[in-house]
Amino acid sequence: MRLRSLPALLLLAAGLTAGATAPAPSPAPDFSLPARDGGEVRLSSLKGQVVMINFWATWCGPCRKEMPLLEQLQAKYGPLGFTLLGVNVEPDSAAATAWLKSVPVSFPILFDTRNAVAESFGVQGMPSSVFVDRAGRVRYVHRGYQPGDESQYADLIRSLAKE
Amino acid sequence: MRHAFVAAVVLLASLAALPSRAGVLPDDRGDVLYHRYQGGGVTIDGPSLLVRKKFAEKYSVSASYYVDMVSSASIDVVTTASPYREQRDQAGLSLDVLDDKTQYTVSVVSSEESDYSARTASFDVSQDLFGDLTTVSFGFSRGWDEVRKNGDPQFDEPVDRRSYRFGLSQIVTPTLMLGLAYETITDEGFLNNPYRSVRYLEPDAASGFAFQPEVYPRTRTSNAAALNARYFLPYRAALVGEYRGFTDTWGITAHTLRAGYTHPLGQRWVLEGGYRWYQQSAADFYADLFPRADYQNFMARDKELSSFTSQMLSVGATFELPAFADRFLQRSTVSVFYDRMRFSYDDFRDITAGGAPGSEPLYGFDADVVRVLFSGWF
Amino acid sequence: MVVRTRLAIAACALLGAAGCSGVEPWVKPYERQNFADPIMAADRNPVAASYLNHVFEAREGARGALGAHGGGCGCN
Repeated sequence: MRLRSLPALLLLAAGLTAGATAPAPSPAPDFSLPARDGGEVRLSSLKGQVVMINFWATWCGPCRKEMPLLEQLQAKYGPLGFTLLGVNVEPDSAAATAWLKSVPVSFPILFDTRNAVAESFGVQGMPSSVFVDRAGRVRYVHRGYQPGDESQYADLIRSLAKE
Repeated sequence: MRHAFVAAVVLLASLAALPSRAGVLPDDRGDVLYHRYQGGGVTIDGPSLLVRKKFAEKYSVSASYYVDMVSSASIDVVTTASPYREQRDQAGLSLDVLDDKTQYTVSVVSSEESDYSARTASFDVSQDLFGDLTTVSFGFSRGWDEVRKNGDPQFDEPVDRRSYRFGLSQIVTPTLMLGLAYETITDEGFLNNPYRSVRYLEPDAASGFAFQPEVYPRTRTSNAAALNARYFLPYRAALVGEYRGFTDTWGITAHTLRAGYTHPLGQRWVLEGGYRWYQQSAADFYADLFPRADYQNFMARDKELSSFTSQMLSVGATFELPAFADRFLQRSTVSVFYDRMRFSYDDFRDITAGGAPGSEPLYGFDADVVRVLFSGWF
Repeated sequence: MVVRTRLAIAACALLGAAGCSGVEPWVKPYERQNFADPIMAADRNPVAASYLNHVFEAREGARGALGAHGGGCGCN
């Protein structure tokens, strides 16, 4: 438990509202996680692509709501060099595998069962979407999901894809 | 009945207490409940309905309707009056507004029966803090009641009620959540039941005692504080425990202890059980038998203000129904709950049992409560 | 130090700000699956629970301090 001084507290309070925040670009922590199809996916191997890392769980209502819309984003912006990574944070992947049968997605689903990756990205809410540019730097963090956020996601993806 | 205000606040407290998840409104749902209370010569049954719907992911509206159909031959009634039938209707409306981490709730409830009307308005705010591990809530209710008397059209007395409440809920570990609640309620006006009487020793009377109407103070302020814990067991079950302490300006102190266990079975069943223990000490102006008429300024013989203990054992089962009407209903459940209550009074006597005044056997009774519930989520 | 802690916590409470967080949450948002489980909800059946509370208030002298907010999935 770390206590910060009041000015930092205020900045933090402002910065932690739901919505996209743009911290100073910093390299995204690299990771390698098992994927649903059996292989492994390493983040650094996706350099050159715009990557959206979506941290989700089956027990999170807004996460479930968001999933079909993420699939639409993947279908639309994939050709521009964009990949979505669905990182499931549940210790037991059985629920995710079962649920995905009813909501099929084409992008990789990765299992962060020990939450090491969620922790390294400092995930502050569920769901959280981290937007990584083609150079592998974290550019935007979107916390939470409200209906209509998918158009924000589309704007962010388009602006990163143009770079 | 004077409990209409508290009934309203209770209903509103549990409406507002619907999963108040950080940044997520309660689910859309409809509930139809059949309730039945039977004990101590009283049978009360009826329906309770609730519908809740979200709009624009920011607003949630709920409407409720509740009926008590009373058939009463309780000990008070048979000793001083005659058995009666009555119906109480209650309707409520509430609006929740979600603004990021803050949830505002405004609600109104109206209750009507032939000799009692109650209107209650409430406002609650709940705020998530510290990474959503802590939820703080504040609430305020105001009630306007009208006490009437069957058979006396001139009798019409108001009661003014206010309630202030505070709640704190804290996630301590990934499996343990603690809660604290505090509520203070103030009533002002005609606070007793216009039909109830106290008894006093009267050697000239055949039974040895006589009756006169109750006289209560015109104000009452009460304070209640509760501590609760919810614990998630590793094999997927929930344990809950709660303690509530109560005092008021009438001299009543009460303790409530409750424990509950919820156990899912397979994919479709959830079983639950619980035990509740309640003990209270009598109000200052309560007595089963006063030494003479007009013994003191305030006199009561309402057994709810006496010294007594009540215990309750509960069981319940919920079954998840297979999908039907799934263009409209996402899921639905059917539940049955049974509770057995036992009341033992320490200073309220059963005068129907006969005996010298003041030595009749102490009163006690058992009650059965049955609830059958159908819930649908859409 | 204790005074500064108290002031910081008081400031947080006053701000009532969304996501005010001078203190790092020790249970992470992705560790909250147990609280999202419906069996851990304070009122899975609000109508049934409020009826029972009504029975108690009608038969007993005590009243108040019911209802709890909080817990849940902590999403959004």
